[in-house]
Formats: sequence, C-alpha cells, structure tokens
Amino acid sequence: MSDFFSAFLDDLPQLRSGLWVTLEATVLGALAALLLSFVLGLMSISRLLVLRGVSRVVVEFFRGTSLYIQLFWLYYAMPTLTGYQLDPLLCGVVAFGLNYGAYGAEVVRGAIGSVPRGQYEAAVALNMSPLHRMRKVILPQAWVQMIPSFTNLLIQLLKCTPLLWLISAADLMTVVQQLRDRTGETLTAYLTLLAVYFVLAYALTLLMNLLERSAKRRLGLHTGAGSLLRSRSATGAVATTTGGAR
Amino acid sequence: MNGFDWDAVQDALPLLLRGFEVTLLATVLGTLVAAVLGLAIAVAGRAPSRFVTVPVRVVMEFIRSTPLLVQLVGAAALFTSVEPLTIGIVVLGVHYATYTSEVYRAGIDGVPKGQWEACRALSLTPRRTWQAVILPQAVRSVLPALGNYAISMFKETPFLAVITVQEMVFEARKYGADHFAYTEVFTLAGLIFLVASYPTSLLMRKLEKRLGH
Repeated sequence: MSDFFSAFLDDLPQLRSGLWVTLEATVLGALAALLLSFVLGLMSISRLLVLRGVSRVVVEFFRGTSLYIQLFWLYYAMPTLTGYQLDPLLCGVVAFGLNYGAYGAEVVRGAIGSVPRGQYEAAVALNMSPLHRMRKVILPQAWVQMIPSFTNLLIQLLKCTPLLWLISAADLMTVVQQLRDRTGETLTAYLTLLAVYFVLAYALTLLMNLLERSAKRRLGLHTGAGSLLRSRSATGAVATTTGGAR
Repeated sequence: MNGFDWDAVQDALPLLLRGFEVTLLATVLGTLVAAVLGLAIAVAGRAPSRFVTVPVRVVMEFIRSTPLLVQLVGAAALFTSVEPLTIGIVVLGVHYATYTSEVYRAGIDGVPKGQWEACRALSLTPRRTWQAVILPQAVRSVLPALGNYAISMFKETPFLAVITVQEMVFEARKYGADHFAYTEVFTLAGLIFLVASYPTSLLMRKLEKRLGH
C-alpha cells in the first residue's frame, strides 16, 4: 500500500501529464462532437431531402458501428489505406467526435422538435427570417432541453478515454498501468484510477449543471442552488445514449 | 500504401463469425445479469431505511461514472484464476445494471400511487405488493428501454478483447496482426456490427411505438 503511494508521489509529473492527455481528449473530443451534433442535427430537420438523407446515413453509420472499431480503424487501418498516420491523441479526438457527434445529432433534433409549435408560428407571425427565428427563439429554448442529454454524453465520452491506452497515447490509464506494473499494487492502482475518473465525472457534471442553470435563467426560469449539486439522472440517458434508432 | 485485399476478407470472415458467437453470448448473458441485478438495485433503492438506500446510491453512482474498460482490466487483474469470459459478463452486467436500475426506477415511479394505497388497504405484505401488483405493471413499460441497453452493450463488447475474451474483435486483431490486414478485418468487423445492430434498433423502435411511448 505505502509502496504504491510513494511511487505515486514520485511519478506525480507523469501522472499530471497523463491526466492532461485524458482531459485534452475529453474536451477536444466533446467540442468536435458538439459541432458535429449541431451540423448533423440541423441537417436532419432541413427541408432538403439530400441533407436529411446524408445526415441520417452518417448518424446511423457512426452509431451502428462500435466506437472501439472506429478508433482502431482510424489507428490501424487508415495508415495502410491512405498513408497518413494520425497522432494517437488526434485519432481519439476524431473517433470520439464522430461517434458522440452522431448521438448528439439525435439530441439536437429531438430538442428542436420539442419546442412548442406555437413558438414557430409566433416567430413567423412576427415576420422573423428563418435564421433570426432559429437564433433568437428556437435554439435558446431547445438548448435548455439539450444540456442534460449532453451531460450524459460528455460523461460517456470521458469514460471512453481509457481506450487511448490501447493505441498507446500516454493517457491517465497508461500512466497508472505503468505504476501498477512497477509496484504490483493492483487493487490500489485501479481503485485510485477509478476514483480519479469519478472525481472528473462529478466535476464535469457540476459544470454542466451551472451551464444549465444559466441557460434557464436566460429564459426567465430560476432554479434553486440545490439543483447544482445533483448528479445525473439516467432517465435522460435512456433516450439518447443507447442504441435505439430514435 | 497497399489496396484493399479481398482475399483477406474471405479468409477472415469465418474466424470473425466464430468470434461473433462469443460476442452474442456475452451480450445475451450480460443483458440477463443487468436485467436481474438492475431490478434488485431498483427495489433496494426503495427500501424504507436510509442505511440501505444511501450506500446503494453511492455505489451505483460510482460504478456508473467510472470507465467500463478500467473496471474490466482491474477485475481481470485481480481475479486471474477466473475465466475471462465470466469476468467480462459479470462486469458488463454490473456496469449496465446501474443504468437499468434507473430505468426500473422510472417504471416503478410510473405505477400510480393508488396502486400502493390499494395494496396497503388490502394489507398485502411488501413481498406480495411488489410481486403481484407493482412489478408486473412496472416491468412491462421498461422493456423497450432494456432492449436499447442490450444494443448498447452489444456495441461495447469489443472491450472484452482487452481481457483476452476471444470475441469478434479479438479474432480481428489477431488476424490483422498475423497477416497485416488491419484494414480488411476492422472494416469487416464494423460492417458486421452495423448489420447486426441497425435492424435490432429499428425493431426496438417499432416495439416502443406499439407500447405507446
């Protein structure tokens, strides 16, 4: 036990850089996914059949094939096909972005669809242009609905980052594995690793709760400070993160 | 830069399909564990004593917020004498049970309050209340959501390759390494996943519509 923690303290610089890689993959992957969610989600409600079709195919493709396979395909298969070798971290960001972007597109589509019909009609009656309508009326309301589902997806993404260990990016998992191999303290090593991920997940949840609160406030909906501390509810995850074709 | 080798595809297909059987087995058994354990957690979460509900919630939240891959690798490193497939099924099942328990919880919350009151009025024991009144109503409405988690678990079974369960992706990686044909095998494996999961997703959606969700 003490062996592990003294090695832990000695390895603090590596651990910090591993933590940094994990966070980088999470944040950049999430940003890529967010961008793709909006592009694909808005395409899926377009009036043009081509755009809808392309969005549908892309979403079903990236949801239907496993993330694990997408990551490995990018890392092992793409270099032999194209001659380009991506950096492991970049591979992770691209794979996470594509996979979670596909799930996120459904969140965006669902949230925009759930804005009451009367809001569209009122915006049309006020003679707003489609862009203005989307920006000022529809999206601010849909955004509040999206945040809980996005929170769930973000945590799912964080939980997938140990995959980077398999494609030899020096993430947190890699560093702790090395530590464990050197000290032989299996239980301590993995429990520490799990605890770190738990703390990260909870910190991200708190941040997203803050974001939700401020988004609601802009709509004039005020929530008590107690809501900031609550953990995620999986009921939202049921609709968005699972394999169902919704 | 070499092209796509169709012979390798033909060569690897039987191997991948053999691995696919293990993939399916792990999914089915893992779902079974998740369905039963999830129900147990949901019922325990409604226990009258806080000494039961608080620890259950904490443990559940912990498992739910931490990576499946770490749990798998950790369990495999700790229980070296247990068969990898067994470890895989148990860890997958426990991980997903924390999700399914929330589904059950929502289903149980959906049972009208009057049903509980009626049970009390008839002075049914807690056991009878759950067995004969609450669960039959709750479970029916959560079936589609459980199906969705089964599909989701199916797509996470490649993680089992890491702890040397010889499922499809394990076979793909082995073949890829031996013949240097990663492109072919990973493309093939991805397509098999797509072909298997997409129709199932459509089916679940139909089922959901029929049950009026």
